[in-house]
Amino acid sequence: MKVLVAIKRVVDPNIKVRVKADGTGVETANVKMAMNPFCEIAVEQAVRMKEAGTVTEIVVVSIGVPQCQETLRTALAMGADRAILVEVATEVQPLAVAKLLKALVDREQPGLVLMGKQAIDDDCNQSGQMLAGLLGWPQATFISKIVVAGDHADITREVDGGLENITVKMPAVVTADLRLNEPRYVTLPNIMKSKKKPLENIKPDALGVDVTPRLTTLKFEEPPKRGAGVKLADVAELVNKLKNEAKVI
Amino acid sequence: MSIYTAPLQDMQFVIKDLVGLADITAMPDCAEVTEDLVDAVLLEAGKFAAGVLDPLNRAGDKEGAKLADSKVTSSPGFKAAYRQFVAAGWNGLSGERDFGGQSLPHVVSMPVQEMWSSANMAFCLCPMLTSGVLEALKLQGSPQQKAKYLHKLTAGEWTGTMNLTEPQAGSDLSAVRTRAVPEGEHYRLHGTKIFITWGEHDMVDNIIHLVLARTPDAPAGVKGISLFIVPKFLVNDDGSLGERNEVKCVSIEHKMGINASPTCVLAYGDGKGATGYLVGEENRGLEYMFIMMNQARLGVGLEGVALAERAYQHARDYAKTRVQGRAIGQKSGDRVTIIHHPDVKRMLLLMKAQTEAMRALAYTASAALDKANHHPDDKERRKNQALVDFLIPVVKGWCTEQCVEVASIGVQIHGGMGFIEETGAAQYLRDARITTIYEGTTGIQAADLVGRKVGYEKGATAFAIIDSMRKLDSGIVAANNEQTRVARENFQQAVEGLAVATQWVVDNFPKDPNAVAAVSVPFLNLWGIVAGGWLMARAAMIANGKLTGGGDLNFYHSKIITARFYAEHILPQSAGLVRTVTDGSSSVLALTEAQF
Repeated sequence: MKVLVAIKRVVDPNIKVRVKADGTGVETANVKMAMNPFCEIAVEQAVRMKEAGTVTEIVVVSIGVPQCQETLRTALAMGADRAILVEVATEVQPLAVAKLLKALVDREQPGLVLMGKQAIDDDCNQSGQMLAGLLGWPQATFISKIVVAGDHADITREVDGGLENITVKMPAVVTADLRLNEPRYVTLPNIMKSKKKPLENIKPDALGVDVTPRLTTLKFEEPPKRGAGVKLADVAELVNKLKNEAKVI
Repeated sequence: MSIYTAPLQDMQFVIKDLVGLADITAMPDCAEVTEDLVDAVLLEAGKFAAGVLDPLNRAGDKEGAKLADSKVTSSPGFKAAYRQFVAAGWNGLSGERDFGGQSLPHVVSMPVQEMWSSANMAFCLCPMLTSGVLEALKLQGSPQQKAKYLHKLTAGEWTGTMNLTEPQAGSDLSAVRTRAVPEGEHYRLHGTKIFITWGEHDMVDNIIHLVLARTPDAPAGVKGISLFIVPKFLVNDDGSLGERNEVKCVSIEHKMGINASPTCVLAYGDGKGATGYLVGEENRGLEYMFIMMNQARLGVGLEGVALAERAYQHARDYAKTRVQGRAIGQKSGDRVTIIHHPDVKRMLLLMKAQTEAMRALAYTASAALDKANHHPDDKERRKNQALVDFLIPVVKGWCTEQCVEVASIGVQIHGGMGFIEETGAAQYLRDARITTIYEGTTGIQAADLVGRKVGYEKGATAFAIIDSMRKLDSGIVAANNEQTRVARENFQQAVEGLAVATQWVVDNFPKDPNAVAAVSVPFLNLWGIVAGGWLMARAAMIANGKLTGGGDLNFYHSKIITARFYAEHILPQSAGLVRTVTDGSSSVLALTEAQF
């Protein structure tokens, strides 16, 4: 089975993000970038499935600026076989991502699409769901376990109340949650090999997709700075403050 | 507790812009090394250092390695981390491709090694010793010896040790007494070696000891010492492990630092004698040892950079979070983090400037080593070999001495909390303390510098370097501006002082070697300070030229300011050192033994 893994390049999760002075977005110039942690888990899952013999080929896809090639190389070093970069210089919203991925699914015909459940930059949590909708495929989101058995997959999902076990028909779109696995450290020989693995560069036009944003962002702003706390004498005072000052109860 | 973050930006700046990665990749032997490959290697090594090695550092210090029944158990987590290190292929970074390594040049392996040492110096010593053994066997081992040992050592499946020291033979190896008696194809060894780093442990199946010993008819002194391979388990011709050799760990030292690195007393031969195999020819052991010693000294100098970096990160994080007092001149209002106090800022800048200058010097030496090994032009190879030979005692001596100082400032920034082990600042100081001692003390490095590197060749290489330092301004764009003025001018004064002191050493070495020896360490430190000032001034000018480009302006600005700080707070020390060198030997020699 061939598997397609979509990955996103985001601000490194260890970096404290800052809103641009003009409020048009988050500062990304000269900020350290990395693979979205949930996407890393998706790649790791694909590599483990390949090592277990369930998967024969792993194709990784990223959509964005030319520097996404570095992120794709990391995925290749983790064990993916080839990479596709859909080069877009402007903002790409979830619907456009889903449409681009659908076009690639039509071309590549994978038996499974693996993605992160959301990206840590915009936290949209939409692309996987939209892709499944466009393809008319089953979807399994926030998964913490997957076992592929013939024409279906047994999946454990992380839901608010605990875990949910479901079975989906293949092919399907699956999005990874944090506990699915712990991504490996890349090995040195694989870094060296990744430089020789194929990386294809295509434009959205070639896939017949219009990536023009449909949503307009009005403004970005930092959350209000947290003030100093106060010590309260007793529970009664707390209840009083919650009722009359915070007005939450 | 701070978390180690590899200083990728500074490393990449030094490699690419200051040292010139392009010069290295242009050499046919290094054609595979592209800039994006270097970036990927550094990035992933940084993740491994921060994620696997750094978290074990504190426990390693507290628990240490343990000895029971002649067996050493490594500190908690070390064995698993070592297996992971080997499985990820990191041990083979600079090993030869013929034996399964990646053959990456030093300019790539040095920053990676810096990361290992920053994250966990005690751990890093094990692969470092293995690479010393690899180097010696690569140069002097027979084809059979290479076939038998190099694959496993390159992969890190076996580790290596260097056995030089004996109780009566420390800095003076001519006193080595371990005996090696020929018996057919091999030798039988009897004797005791001390201070054997990772001499016995449980992380791998076999340990390959390289041992200095005397054969029965060997001449006395340094010319009668031979080098032997003594494996912990003998290796059969099919590569499988055979009989347990007669080498036993009889104790491990209780040390001031690097507690997770077992420092062993090894006893060779408690019966018929340990089986050893001669490396190269008899009586040439010390010469062979020195081949790899050079590289090991560069490695220890790099440890100085690494620990200084780690101590700096630790102190910086503390200074940014510890709230104490109001800003100077403020009588009311919020209390501030201590980084707002000018003296704390000064101490942090001292750590930062010193570390960056040391990194620049160590990486410059590693690039010279790459060129000495791989440059297609014979003249360039010889020129760079002379440069690296000259720089090695300076890198080893100066970077380690300064690292102790930097780690000590790190404790100071923590105040009373720094003196308490829980904050972790003290470990870096304790770990740093060995670096000025092993692989030749600072005094030995200084003797090497004034003797072999300056005196005997009448300052030829030294003045060639001074000349290239004087040409500071040529070839760098947009140098003449106010922001880099102080860095340039203070440096230009300092280099003239360096020339005076060097000439003094050249003049006095033949007629009064005692006088030269008396001020050799100040002379070494002078070289370090001025060479650091040279590279910082160049870094400032390069950074200044980039202010109009699209890069990280914040980084370039901070480089320019750091270079200026170096020129104002560190470089002026050179003037005092020049006076010490030229005037200071007679008082040293005047005081008699009885007067102490």
